[in-house]
Parts: sequence; C-alpha cells; structure tokens
Amino acid sequence: MSETLKVTVERPDATVAILRTDGYINNAGGEEIARQAYALMGGGVSRLLLDLEKTKIVNSIGISILIEILEKLLDQGGRLAFCRLTPTIEKTFQIMGLAQYARLFAAPEPALAWLRGESE
Amino acid sequence: MSSRREVHLTIPIAPEMEITATAQVAALGEWMEMGRDKIDEVKMAVVEACINAFEHSYTPDRKVEIDFRIGVEDAGQGRSYLEVDVVDAGKGFDPSRVETPSLPAKLKADRKRGWGIKIIESLMDDVRIESGEHGTRIIMRKYR
Repeated sequence: MSETLKVTVERPDATVAILRTDGYINNAGGEEIARQAYALMGGGVSRLLLDLEKTKIVNSIGISILIEILEKLLDQGGRLAFCRLTPTIEKTFQIMGLAQYARLFAAPEPALAWLRGESE
Repeated sequence: MSSRREVHLTIPIAPEMEITATAQVAALGEWMEMGRDKIDEVKMAVVEACINAFEHSYTPDRKVEIDFRIGVEDAGQGRSYLEVDVVDAGKGFDPSRVETPSLPAKLKADRKRGWGIKIIESLMDDVRIESGEHGTRIIMRKYR
C-alpha cells in the first residue's frame, strides 16, 4: 500500500505558483508540499494556489505543515488559496479556521484572480 | 437489515496504516447506505484517532485495535449508525486537559499540531474518550 503524494508545479507568472497535489497529505506529503513551496518562495513567489483536486484525504499533521506555509506567506505579505477540495477537506479547513487566513475556491480560475488581486 | 454488524481490525503502528482502517469505513458505510460525504467524515475521524494512538499512546505492543459496528438505536426502531472504537494499550491521557487549538494561536506558535480531537469531535455526531493507565478507547458514532 502506498499513498505517496505527488506534487506538480506550474508558475503562470513571476509571483504566482500553482501546486497540484495527487494523493494523501500526511506528514510526508505535507513536507513535500513545503519543500516545493519554500523553493518557490525563495524564487520570488508570494502567492500560492494549492489545487487539491486529486487529494481525497488529509490528516491533521499534513494540515499543520500547510499552516507553516501559510504563516511564512503571511509574514512575507503573500497570499494562499486552495481550490477543488472535497467537501470533507473543506469542512475540516473550516473547523480549523483556515478559511480566515486563506481563501477556498471551487475552481482554479477565481482563485488565481484573487491571488493576483483582480477580485475580492 | 439486521440491527448489528461488527468488524474487528488490528493494525500495526506504521506509516499509512491508518488508511487500511478507512477501507473498512467505506465498505460498512456503503453497505448501510450512508452518504458519501458522511463516509468521508468518518474516514477522516478514524485517521485522526489512529494517528493520535500512533503518536501519543506509546503503547508497548505497537498496535492499535479498531472495532467497527453498525447499529440501530432503540432496539432496532431508531436511527442507524456507524460506530468505530479506536483502542490502544498505551499510557492514556486526560481528555479534560487537552487544549482546544485555535489557528490565530497556532500561527504564532512553534508547534502547529494538536488538532486531532477537535477534528474528530467536529466531524462525528457523538464522541466518547475513555482513557486511563491501561490505554485509551475513542468511541465515535455517526448517524446515517
């Protein structure tokens, strides 16, 4: 059995990046997302979209690592958005209060518009 | 449908073994015609309960016992439910002393973890935690 997370990166412009996850966001999965995110942030990205379309399960350890990424982005004046969450993952993010600091979207396009400051 | 159906599972404390338990949740949830979103919420709660045992129980036998039950309240006349017990033989803890996490505090803290019990209690309809020096049993119920 393996639920190893795969992460693919797209960088549509200099300050915005999309991380697409495929698999279980647990400790190892969260660390992989953080590794990619911090490399992007070191290269000038301050606005991140996490597209979780292919992630069907997360755990609180993985989410705690996402909170670390959020903290670092906010410290840099950046933004974090999520899109295409399962109802249960979205509910979990709401329970934890993540939606107060990051935005949750049904689709990538409005998320990217918000990250670019083109919408509220 | 009979009023009671039970499955027992023993998993070792090892990476990703909690996913094995979620397969039983899916099978039983589908059998009792529980909705997809509710099944996913039970799966998430079971993952959190398993991780809690993996991380904090220090159980000497390095395993976690899980009991899955389908039942119906009021001698078969009431609401049907899926109930899951996650049991370890570890050192136990005092549930009343578990700090309720908040994101504003966690954002400033070095330790971001500690969300498991809050998530379990929020996703399930009824949660009881029995814990002592011989271990912990987290009993979680979700109604169909």
